[in-house]
Amino acid sequence: MLALSIEQQSWAHRVPVGWKLAALFCATVVVFPLTDLRLLFGCIALAVTLYLSLGRSALMMGLVALKPVWWFVIIIAIYHGFIGDLSRGMVIIVKMVALLGLANFVTMTSRLSDMMDWVIWALSPLRLIGVKPERIALAFALVIRFIPSLNHRASVLQDAWRARAKRHLGLRIVAPLVISALDDGEVTAEALRARGGVE
Amino acid sequence: MERNIVFIAVFAALIAALGLLPAITLASGIPITAQTMGIMLAGTVLGARKGALAVLLFLALVAIGLPLLAGGRGGLGVFTTPWAGFLFGWPIAAFVTGAVMYATRGMSVSLAAISASVIGGIGALYLIAVPYYMVMTGTGLTGGIATAMVPFLPGDFIKAIVAGLITGAIFRARPAVLMSR
Repeated sequence: MLALSIEQQSWAHRVPVGWKLAALFCATVVVFPLTDLRLLFGCIALAVTLYLSLGRSALMMGLVALKPVWWFVIIIAIYHGFIGDLSRGMVIIVKMVALLGLANFVTMTSRLSDMMDWVIWALSPLRLIGVKPERIALAFALVIRFIPSLNHRASVLQDAWRARAKRHLGLRIVAPLVISALDDGEVTAEALRARGGVE
Repeated sequence: MERNIVFIAVFAALIAALGLLPAITLASGIPITAQTMGIMLAGTVLGARKGALAVLLFLALVAIGLPLLAGGRGGLGVFTTPWAGFLFGWPIAAFVTGAVMYATRGMSVSLAAISASVIGGIGALYLIAVPYYMVMTGTGLTGGIATAMVPFLPGDFIKAIVAGLITGAIFRARPAVLMSR
């Protein structure tokens, strides 16, 4: 499955995930109350420097990762232009891009498995209220296995529809997809039980 | 126990798979994705607690860097936009949907599921998403409603109705699987 991290070794990849997340949290707490555009552009400069420290291609990937928020930027700009408060709109937009850039940097430089290990470690205190981290780890593993098989199932259902109907499939696919996923679930639960079950 | 964990995982995966379906464009030009329907279905099928856990599991996978949100978005960055209130609201939306589903055990499944999806998947969701947007951007109530609510509402109502009908279809096909009531 496609992940958002980049496969390379860099100084940022070697920093433990917990530290990167702590740094991101601190950065968010510090940046969020800022309203001075110069300081906020400074944050963007910091983010760009971080990306550049990994090379030019990393910066390009960082820019591509910002693409989904462009229409958010446009909505905010139009709204604040409309109410005649464009400078506040700018503050919101620059802040959003800076925080997004920093957060994406952490995602890009952290391997999925390291992140998952950290999450399960971070959730381990839940053991005190009876939630076993092993179960959370199993749930993670199951989803990662189910996603490609459900995507495959969806494309098979789409083919079957196209072979028989001229009309657009649309949301009609959802009911059969959910029912077959639930059937898979029954079989998987049965298989887990047969192998000794979950502690 | 196995069944609970597996069904929570199945629904987390379903929410991801629904995000990959091609978006349907409404007459108003706003694309709607099937992903939020997955949130409603998690509540109507799994019930409050398991539904919310399935959504939390899905969000955890997004946060650790899988591009599972509709449009191939993911990573920690998606939680930093002013619209992230929708993501934070999803587990609560699924919980409320499941709770309404349980409270309306006397009604027919489809009708109960439509009401539950409207109350949980739209009502509870916007109660979190709109104030979050207002705090993050400093806009007032009118601005928040105009930019974070109105554009999405028509699609949401369609999704709530379809989610309810699908829940009815699931119940007819697999009566034992409906854990919400």
